[in-house]
Amino acid sequence: MDAQTLIARRIARELRDGMLVNLGIGIPTLVANFVPEGIHVFFQSENGLIGTGPVPEPGMALAWLTDAGGKPVTALPGACAFDSAISFGLIRGGHLDLTVLGGLQVDQNGRLANWMIPGKMVPGMGGAMDLVTGARRVIVAMQHAAKGRSKIVRECSLPLTSDRPVDLVVTELAVIGFPEGRATLLETADGVTVDQVIAATEAELVIPSNVKEGGGASTSYESA
Amino acid sequence: MKTISLTNAVAMIPAGSSLMIGGFMGVGTPEPLIDELVRQQKSDLTVIANDTASPGIGIGKLISARLVRHLIVSHIGLNPETQQQMIAGELKVDLVPQGTLTERIRAGGSGLGGILTPTGVGTVVEEGKRRIEVDGRDYLLETALRADFALVHAFIADYLGNLSYVLTARNFNPLMAMAAETVLVQTENIVPVGLIAPDHVVTPAPLVDYLVTKG
Repeated sequence: MDAQTLIARRIARELRDGMLVNLGIGIPTLVANFVPEGIHVFFQSENGLIGTGPVPEPGMALAWLTDAGGKPVTALPGACAFDSAISFGLIRGGHLDLTVLGGLQVDQNGRLANWMIPGKMVPGMGGAMDLVTGARRVIVAMQHAAKGRSKIVRECSLPLTSDRPVDLVVTELAVIGFPEGRATLLETADGVTVDQVIAATEAELVIPSNVKEGGGASTSYESA
Repeated sequence: MKTISLTNAVAMIPAGSSLMIGGFMGVGTPEPLIDELVRQQKSDLTVIANDTASPGIGIGKLISARLVRHLIVSHIGLNPETQQQMIAGELKVDLVPQGTLTERIRAGGSGLGGILTPTGVGTVVEEGKRRIEVDGRDYLLETALRADFALVHAFIADYLGNLSYVLTARNFNPLMAMAAETVLVQTENIVPVGLIAPDHVVTPAPLVDYLVTKG
Protein backbone atom coordinates (compact mmCIF):
# COMPACT_ATOMS: atom_id res chain seq x y z
CA MET A 1 0.00 0.00 0.00
CA ASP A 2 1.41 3.42 -0.90
CA ALA A 3 1.90 6.11 1.75
CA GLN A 4 -1.08 8.21 0.68
CA THR A 5 -3.51 5.29 0.81
CA LEU A 6 -2.13 4.19 4.15
CA ILE A 7 -2.70 7.67 5.60
CA ALA A 8 -6.21 8.02 4.13
CA ARG A 9 -7.30 4.59 5.39
CA ARG A 10 -6.09 5.35 8.90
CA ILE A 11 -7.89 8.69 9.01
CA ALA A 12 -11.11 7.10 7.75
CA ARG A 13 -11.21 5.14 11.01
CA GLU A 14 -11.84 8.46 12.78
CA LEU A 15 -15.15 8.95 10.92
CA ARG A 16 -18.41 8.49 12.82
CA ASP A 17 -22.01 8.16 11.72
CA GLY A 18 -23.69 11.52 11.09
CA MET A 19 -20.52 13.62 11.07
CA LEU A 20 -20.23 16.76 8.94
CA VAL A 21 -16.75 16.58 7.41
CA ASN A 22 -14.67 18.84 5.15
CA LEU A 23 -11.80 17.27 3.21
CA GLY A 24 -8.98 19.34 1.75
CA ILE A 25 -7.29 18.65 -1.55
CA GLY A 26 -4.61 15.95 -1.99
CA ILE A 27 -4.39 13.05 0.48
CA PRO A 28 -7.46 14.28 2.46
CA THR A 29 -9.70 13.80 -0.60
CA LEU A 30 -8.81 10.08 -0.60
CA VAL A 31 -10.38 9.65 2.85
CA ALA A 32 -13.83 9.66 1.19
CA ASN A 33 -12.91 6.36 -0.52
CA PHE A 34 -12.57 4.54 2.81
CA VAL A 35 -15.70 5.49 4.78
CA PRO A 36 -16.41 2.49 7.03
CA GLU A 37 -19.39 0.41 5.98
CA GLY A 38 -22.69 1.13 7.65
CA ILE A 39 -22.09 4.75 8.54
CA HIS A 40 -23.26 7.89 6.76
CA VAL A 41 -20.98 10.91 6.65
CA PHE A 42 -21.99 14.33 5.28
CA PHE A 43 -19.17 15.75 3.19
CA GLN A 44 -19.08 19.52 2.85
CA SER A 45 -17.46 21.28 -0.07
CA GLU A 46 -16.75 24.86 1.00
CA ASN A 47 -17.88 26.27 -2.34
CA GLY A 48 -21.39 25.62 -1.08
CA LEU A 49 -22.52 22.01 -0.89
CA ILE A 50 -23.22 19.32 1.67
CA GLY A 51 -23.61 15.87 0.18
CA THR A 52 -20.79 15.94 -2.34
CA GLY A 53 -20.73 12.70 -4.32
CA PRO A 54 -18.19 11.00 -6.57
CA VAL A 55 -16.94 12.18 -9.95
CA PRO A 56 -19.77 11.98 -12.54
CA GLU A 57 -19.94 9.37 -15.29
CA PRO A 58 -18.57 10.55 -18.64
CA GLY A 59 -21.01 12.98 -20.28
CA MET A 60 -22.94 13.55 -17.04
CA ALA A 61 -21.01 16.52 -15.61
CA LEU A 62 -22.90 19.72 -14.76
CA ALA A 63 -20.95 22.99 -15.07
CA TRP A 64 -22.53 24.32 -11.88
CA LEU A 65 -21.81 21.31 -9.65
CA THR A 66 -18.16 21.28 -8.72
CA ASP A 67 -15.74 20.73 -5.86
CA ALA A 68 -13.62 23.45 -4.27
CA GLY A 69 -11.03 22.96 -7.01
CA GLY A 70 -13.64 23.63 -9.72
CA LYS A 71 -13.76 19.96 -10.81
CA PRO A 72 -17.13 18.31 -11.59
CA VAL A 73 -18.69 16.24 -8.82
CA THR A 74 -22.11 14.74 -8.21
CA ALA A 75 -24.56 15.38 -5.38
CA LEU A 76 -25.91 12.56 -3.23
CA PRO A 77 -29.60 12.21 -2.33
CA GLY A 78 -30.30 14.70 0.45
CA ALA A 79 -27.59 17.10 -0.69
CA CYS A 80 -28.09 20.81 -0.13
CA ALA A 81 -26.56 23.97 -1.57
CA PHE A 82 -25.89 27.30 0.13
CA ASP A 83 -23.95 30.52 -0.26
CA SER A 84 -20.37 31.13 0.87
CA ALA A 85 -21.36 32.97 4.07
CA ILE A 86 -23.38 29.97 5.28
CA SER A 87 -20.60 27.65 4.15
CA PHE A 88 -18.07 29.44 6.35
CA GLY A 89 -20.60 29.91 9.11
CA LEU A 90 -20.77 26.11 9.21
CA ILE A 91 -16.98 25.97 9.37
CA ARG A 92 -16.35 28.68 11.98
CA GLY A 93 -19.53 28.29 13.97
CA GLY A 94 -18.76 24.92 15.54
CA HIS A 95 -21.02 22.97 13.15
CA LEU A 96 -18.24 21.17 11.28
CA ASP A 97 -17.31 18.02 13.20
CA LEU A 98 -14.05 17.32 11.40
CA THR A 99 -11.72 18.73 8.80
CA VAL A 100 -8.85 16.82 7.22
CA LEU A 101 -6.15 18.99 5.67
CA GLY A 102 -2.75 18.60 4.10
CA GLY A 103 0.29 20.07 5.84
CA LEU A 104 3.71 21.53 5.10
CA GLN A 105 4.85 21.62 8.74
CA VAL A 106 3.38 20.93 12.17
CA ASP A 107 5.26 22.14 15.23
CA GLN A 108 5.63 20.23 18.49
CA ASN A 109 2.75 22.18 20.02
CA GLY A 110 0.45 21.14 17.18
CA ARG A 111 0.41 24.34 15.20
CA LEU A 112 0.05 23.88 11.45
CA ALA A 113 1.65 25.70 8.51
CA ASN A 114 0.08 24.73 5.21
CA TRP A 115 -0.68 27.76 3.07
CA MET A 116 2.47 29.36 1.76
CA ILE A 117 6.22 29.11 1.20
CA PRO A 118 7.47 32.71 1.10
CA GLY A 119 9.17 33.51 -2.19
CA LYS A 120 8.18 30.18 -3.73
CA MET A 121 4.53 29.35 -3.42
CA VAL A 122 1.95 32.02 -2.59
CA PRO A 123 -1.40 30.45 -3.43
CA GLY A 124 -3.42 32.24 -0.76
CA MET A 125 -5.01 30.63 2.24
CA GLY A 126 -8.43 30.00 0.67
CA GLY A 127 -10.51 28.38 3.39
CA ALA A 128 -7.64 26.78 5.31
CA MET A 129 -7.37 29.39 8.09
CA ASP A 130 -11.11 29.26 8.80
CA LEU A 131 -11.11 25.44 8.76
CA VAL A 132 -8.24 25.09 11.22
CA THR A 133 -9.59 27.85 13.47
CA GLY A 134 -13.21 26.75 13.43
CA ALA A 135 -13.63 23.00 12.94
CA ARG A 136 -14.40 21.00 16.07
CA ARG A 137 -11.62 18.57 15.21
CA VAL A 138 -8.65 19.06 12.88
CA ILE A 139 -6.64 16.16 11.43
CA VAL A 140 -3.55 16.74 9.32
CA ALA A 141 -2.83 14.18 6.60
CA MET A 142 0.72 14.38 5.36
CA GLN A 143 3.83 12.38 4.63
CA HIS A 144 6.22 12.29 7.56
CA ALA A 145 9.07 13.95 5.67
CA ALA A 146 9.65 15.97 2.52
CA LYS A 147 12.98 15.70 0.69
CA GLY A 148 14.36 13.78 3.67
CA ARG A 149 13.42 16.46 6.19
CA SER A 150 10.90 15.87 8.94
CA LYS A 151 7.67 17.86 8.54
CA ILE A 152 6.95 17.52 12.25
CA VAL A 153 9.28 20.19 13.55
CA ARG A 154 10.28 21.94 16.75
CA GLU A 155 9.11 25.27 15.41
CA CYS A 156 7.42 26.08 12.09
CA SER A 157 9.67 28.11 9.79
CA LEU A 158 6.70 28.70 7.46
CA PRO A 159 3.79 31.09 8.19
CA LEU A 160 1.18 29.54 10.48
CA THR A 161 -2.32 28.74 9.29
CA SER A 162 -3.82 29.28 12.75
CA ASP A 163 -2.67 29.58 16.33
CA ARG A 164 -5.17 26.88 17.25
CA PRO A 165 -3.34 23.53 17.55
CA VAL A 166 -4.52 20.61 15.45
CA ASP A 167 -5.84 17.46 17.12
CA LEU A 168 -4.09 14.69 15.22
CA VAL A 169 -1.36 14.25 12.62
CA VAL A 170 -1.46 11.05 10.58
CA THR A 171 1.57 10.11 8.48
CA GLU A 172 2.66 6.86 6.82
CA LEU A 173 4.79 6.19 9.92
CA ALA A 174 2.73 7.32 12.87
CA VAL A 175 -0.31 8.88 14.50
CA ILE A 176 0.63 11.86 16.67
CA GLY A 177 -1.65 13.75 19.02
CA PHE A 178 -1.16 16.84 21.18
CA PRO A 179 -2.55 16.15 24.65
CA GLU A 180 -1.46 18.92 27.03
CA GLY A 181 -0.10 20.80 24.02
CA ARG A 182 2.87 18.47 23.38
CA ALA A 183 3.50 16.22 20.39
CA THR A 184 2.77 12.71 21.63
CA LEU A 185 3.27 9.46 19.73
CA LEU A 186 -0.02 7.55 19.92
CA GLU A 187 0.55 4.81 17.40
CA THR A 188 3.06 3.58 14.83
CA ALA A 189 2.11 2.13 11.46
CA ASP A 190 2.35 -1.57 10.62
CA GLY A 191 5.97 -2.69 10.67
CA VAL A 192 7.23 0.63 12.05
CA THR A 193 8.96 0.81 15.44
CA VAL A 194 8.85 3.63 17.97
CA ASP A 195 12.57 4.18 17.47
CA GLN A 196 12.10 4.57 13.72
CA VAL A 197 9.48 7.27 14.29
CA ILE A 198 11.69 9.10 16.79
CA ALA A 199 14.59 8.98 14.30
CA ALA A 200 12.39 10.37 11.50
CA THR A 201 10.95 13.21 13.60
CA GLU A 202 12.60 16.56 14.33
CA ALA A 203 10.10 17.53 17.02
CA GLU A 204 10.54 16.23 20.51
CA LEU A 205 7.99 13.42 20.92
CA VAL A 206 6.38 12.35 24.16
CA ILE A 207 6.31 8.52 24.16
CA PRO A 208 3.59 7.24 26.49
CA SER A 209 4.03 3.76 27.97
CA ASN A 210 0.86 2.56 26.21
CA VAL A 211 1.89 3.63 22.68
CA LYS A 212 0.49 1.22 20.08
CA GLU A 213 3.46 -0.10 18.18
CA GLY A 214 3.10 -1.65 14.74
CA GLY A 215 -0.42 -0.51 13.94
CA GLY A 216 -3.33 -2.93 14.05
CA ALA A 217 -5.14 -0.64 16.45
CA SER A 218 -8.88 -0.60 15.98
CA THR A 219 -9.48 2.37 18.22
CA SER A 220 -9.58 6.02 17.26
CA TYR A 221 -8.60 9.11 19.19
CA GLU A 222 -11.86 10.98 18.98
CA SER A 223 -11.76 11.95 22.63
CA ALA A 224 -7.99 12.21 22.90
CA MET B 1 -36.80 45.94 -13.69
CA LYS B 2 -34.41 47.60 -16.10
CA THR B 3 -32.97 45.39 -18.77
CA ILE B 4 -29.76 46.29 -20.56
CA SER B 5 -27.70 44.89 -23.41
CA LEU B 6 -24.35 43.34 -22.64
CA THR B 7 -22.52 46.11 -24.50
CA ASN B 8 -24.32 48.90 -22.66
CA ALA B 9 -24.00 47.16 -19.29
CA VAL B 10 -20.22 47.14 -19.53
CA ALA B 11 -20.12 50.59 -21.16
CA MET B 12 -21.44 52.10 -17.91
CA ILE B 13 -18.49 50.70 -15.93
CA PRO B 14 -15.73 53.36 -15.91
CA ALA B 15 -12.08 52.34 -15.98
CA GLY B 16 -10.74 52.35 -12.42
CA SER B 17 -13.99 50.99 -10.94
CA SER B 18 -14.19 48.51 -8.10
CA LEU B 19 -16.02 45.32 -9.04
CA MET B 20 -17.33 42.44 -6.97
CA ILE B 21 -17.48 39.40 -9.23
CA GLY B 22 -19.30 36.22 -8.24
CA GLY B 23 -17.89 32.77 -8.80
CA PHE B 24 -15.67 30.08 -7.36
CA MET B 25 -12.97 28.88 -9.73
CA GLY B 26 -15.07 30.38 -12.53
CA VAL B 27 -18.21 28.48 -11.51
CA GLY B 28 -20.98 31.04 -11.08
CA THR B 29 -18.99 33.82 -12.73
CA PRO B 30 -20.94 35.92 -15.26
CA GLU B 31 -18.67 34.95 -18.14
CA PRO B 32 -20.28 37.17 -20.85
CA LEU B 33 -19.70 40.26 -18.69
CA ILE B 34 -16.05 39.27 -18.26
CA ASP B 35 -15.61 38.79 -22.01
CA GLU B 36 -17.18 42.19 -22.66
CA LEU B 37 -14.92 43.89 -20.06
CA VAL B 38 -11.97 42.48 -21.99
CA ARG B 39 -13.43 43.53 -25.36
CA GLN B 40 -14.02 47.09 -24.12
CA GLN B 41 -10.59 47.07 -22.39
CA LYS B 42 -11.87 48.39 -19.05
CA SER B 43 -8.60 48.83 -17.20
CA ASP B 44 -7.27 49.79 -13.79
CA LEU B 45 -9.93 47.71 -12.04
CA THR B 46 -10.15 46.71 -8.41
CA VAL B 47 -11.62 43.20 -8.25
CA ILE B 48 -13.12 41.64 -5.14
CA ALA B 49 -13.75 37.93 -5.65
CA ASN B 50 -13.01 34.54 -4.18
CA ASP B 51 -10.23 33.70 -6.65
CA THR B 52 -8.91 34.41 -10.14
CA ALA B 53 -9.84 30.98 -11.57
CA SER B 54 -7.23 29.88 -14.09
CA PRO B 55 -5.95 31.44 -17.33
CA GLY B 56 -8.72 31.57 -19.94
CA ILE B 57 -11.52 31.07 -17.40
CA GLY B 58 -13.63 33.72 -15.64
CA ILE B 59 -11.61 36.38 -13.82
CA GLY B 60 -8.47 34.73 -15.23
CA LYS B 61 -9.30 36.50 -18.51
CA LEU B 62 -9.13 39.92 -16.80
CA ILE B 63 -5.74 38.99 -15.32
CA SER B 64 -4.37 37.80 -18.68
CA ALA B 65 -5.57 41.05 -20.29
CA ARG B 66 -3.82 43.01 -17.52
CA LEU B 67 -6.96 44.97 -16.69
CA VAL B 68 -6.71 44.53 -12.90
CA ARG B 69 -4.70 46.84 -10.66
CA HIS B 70 -5.81 45.60 -7.25
CA LEU B 71 -7.18 42.22 -6.22
CA ILE B 72 -8.90 41.30 -2.97
CA VAL B 73 -9.22 37.49 -3.02
CA SER B 74 -8.72 34.37 -0.91
CA HIS B 75 -6.91 32.16 -3.40
CA ILE B 76 -4.75 32.57 -6.50
CA GLY B 77 -3.07 29.14 -6.43
CA LEU B 78 -4.56 27.86 -9.68
CA ASN B 79 -3.63 30.93 -11.73
CA PRO B 80 0.13 31.22 -12.29
CA GLU B 81 -0.35 34.50 -14.22
CA THR B 82 -1.84 36.17 -11.13
CA GLN B 83 1.14 35.01 -9.08
CA GLN B 84 3.61 36.20 -11.72
CA GLN B 85 2.02 39.66 -11.94
CA MET B 86 1.94 39.89 -8.15
CA ILE B 87 5.59 38.88 -7.75
CA ALA B 88 6.59 41.32 -10.53
CA GLY B 89 4.87 44.11 -8.59
CA GLU B 90 2.40 44.81 -11.40
CA LEU B 91 -0.64 43.72 -9.44
CA LYS B 92 -1.52 44.50 -5.83
CA VAL B 93 -3.01 41.42 -4.17
CA ASP B 94 -4.67 41.35 -0.76
CA LEU B 95 -5.06 37.72 0.35
CA VAL B 96 -8.00 37.33 2.72
CA PRO B 97 -9.16 34.13 4.44
CA GLN B 98 -12.23 32.96 2.55
CA GLY B 99 -14.58 33.04 5.52
CA THR B 100 -13.38 36.53 6.38
CA LEU B 101 -13.97 37.66 2.81
CA THR B 102 -17.56 36.34 2.87
CA GLU B 103 -18.29 38.17 6.11
CA ARG B 104 -16.64 41.44 5.02
CA ILE B 105 -18.86 41.45 1.94
CA ARG B 106 -21.94 40.47 3.94
CA ALA B 107 -21.17 43.27 6.39
CA GLY B 108 -20.80 45.72 3.51
CA GLY B 109 -24.21 44.76 2.21
CA SER B 110 -25.87 44.79 5.61
CA GLY B 111 -24.93 48.18 6.95
CA LEU B 112 -22.24 46.93 9.31
CA GLY B 113 -18.82 48.51 9.76
CA GLY B 114 -17.09 45.16 9.99
CA ILE B 115 -17.02 41.86 11.82
CA LEU B 116 -15.01 40.12 14.54
CA THR B 117 -13.47 36.78 13.57
CA PRO B 118 -11.05 34.44 15.34
CA THR B 119 -9.61 33.47 11.95
CA GLY B 120 -6.13 34.89 11.46
CA VAL B 121 -5.35 35.62 15.12
CA GLY B 122 -1.64 34.94 15.70
CA THR B 123 -0.84 34.71 11.96
CA VAL B 124 0.41 37.16 9.32
CA VAL B 125 -3.24 38.03 8.64
CA GLU B 126 -3.29 39.89 11.95
CA GLU B 127 -0.68 42.46 10.85
CA GLY B 128 -2.05 46.00 11.01
CA LYS B 129 -5.39 44.94 12.49
CA ARG B 130 -7.02 45.49 15.85
CA ARG B 131 -7.34 42.48 18.15
CA ILE B 132 -10.44 42.66 20.32
CA GLU B 133 -11.25 40.39 23.25
CA VAL B 134 -14.86 39.38 23.76
CA ASP B 135 -15.81 37.07 26.63
CA GLY B 136 -12.23 35.85 26.97
CA ARG B 137 -11.64 35.01 23.30
CA ASP B 138 -9.51 37.01 20.86
CA TYR B 139 -10.90 38.23 17.54
CA LEU B 140 -9.66 40.38 14.68
CA LEU B 141 -11.63 43.41 13.57
CA GLU B 142 -12.15 42.99 9.83
CA THR B 143 -13.74 45.92 8.04
CA ALA B 144 -16.67 45.83 5.62
CA LEU B 145 -16.20 45.71 1.85
CA ARG B 146 -18.32 47.43 -0.78
CA ALA B 147 -17.83 48.00 -4.51
CA ASP B 148 -19.02 50.29 -7.29
CA PHE B 149 -20.48 47.37 -9.24
CA ALA B 150 -21.43 43.77 -8.51
CA LEU B 151 -21.32 41.39 -11.46
CA VAL B 152 -23.67 38.60 -10.49
CA HIS B 153 -24.45 35.29 -12.15
CA ALA B 154 -27.87 33.74 -11.52
CA PHE B 155 -29.46 30.57 -12.85
CA ILE B 156 -32.96 32.01 -13.07
CA ALA B 157 -34.19 35.60 -13.03
CA ASP B 158 -37.83 36.55 -13.40
CA TYR B 159 -39.05 39.64 -15.28
CA LEU B 160 -39.00 41.63 -12.02
CA GLY B 161 -35.42 40.64 -11.20
CA ASN B 162 -35.98 38.07 -8.47
CA LEU B 163 -33.04 35.65 -8.59
CA SER B 164 -32.37 32.03 -7.79
CA TYR B 165 -29.11 30.18 -8.15
CA VAL B 166 -27.98 26.66 -8.91
CA LEU B 167 -25.85 24.35 -6.74
CA THR B 168 -22.23 25.49 -6.39
CA ALA B 169 -22.71 28.43 -8.79
CA ARG B 170 -24.39 30.33 -5.94
CA ASN B 171 -21.27 30.91 -3.78
CA PHE B 172 -20.54 34.66 -3.40
CA ASN B 173 -23.26 35.90 -5.77
CA PRO B 174 -26.10 36.61 -3.30
CA LEU B 175 -23.68 38.31 -0.89
CA MET B 176 -22.28 40.58 -3.61
CA ALA B 177 -25.77 41.44 -4.87
CA MET B 178 -26.21 43.34 -1.58
CA ALA B 179 -22.83 45.06 -1.38
CA ALA B 180 -22.44 47.23 -4.49
CA GLU B 181 -23.80 50.57 -5.68
CA THR B 182 -24.95 49.06 -8.98
CA VAL B 183 -25.86 45.40 -9.40
CA LEU B 184 -25.62 43.87 -12.89
CA VAL B 185 -27.05 40.37 -13.31
CA GLN B 186 -26.32 37.88 -16.05
CA THR B 187 -28.62 34.88 -15.93
CA GLU B 188 -29.00 31.55 -17.69
CA ASN B 189 -32.79 31.84 -17.85
CA ILE B 190 -35.25 34.75 -17.83
CA VAL B 191 -38.72 33.57 -16.81
CA PRO B 192 -42.18 35.01 -16.09
CA VAL B 193 -42.90 36.40 -12.63
CA GLY B 194 -44.27 33.67 -10.41
CA LEU B 195 -42.18 30.85 -11.81
CA ILE B 196 -39.76 31.29 -8.93
CA ALA B 197 -41.83 30.53 -5.85
CA PRO B 198 -41.52 33.20 -3.14
CA ASP B 199 -39.67 30.83 -0.82
CA HIS B 200 -37.18 29.99 -3.57
CA VAL B 201 -36.18 33.56 -4.33
CA VAL B 202 -32.66 34.00 -2.94
CA THR B 203 -31.96 37.56 -4.08
CA PRO B 204 -35.02 39.85 -3.96
CA ALA B 205 -35.71 41.92 -7.08
CA PRO B 206 -35.23 45.37 -5.50
CA LEU B 207 -31.52 44.58 -5.09
CA VAL B 208 -31.03 44.12 -8.83
CA ASP B 209 -30.39 47.27 -10.89
CA TYR B 210 -29.97 45.77 -14.35
CA LEU B 211 -30.71 42.41 -15.91
CA VAL B 212 -28.40 41.80 -18.85
CA THR B 213 -30.41 40.63 -21.84
CA LYS B 214 -29.35 37.70 -23.97
CA GLY B 215 -27.90 37.90 -27.47
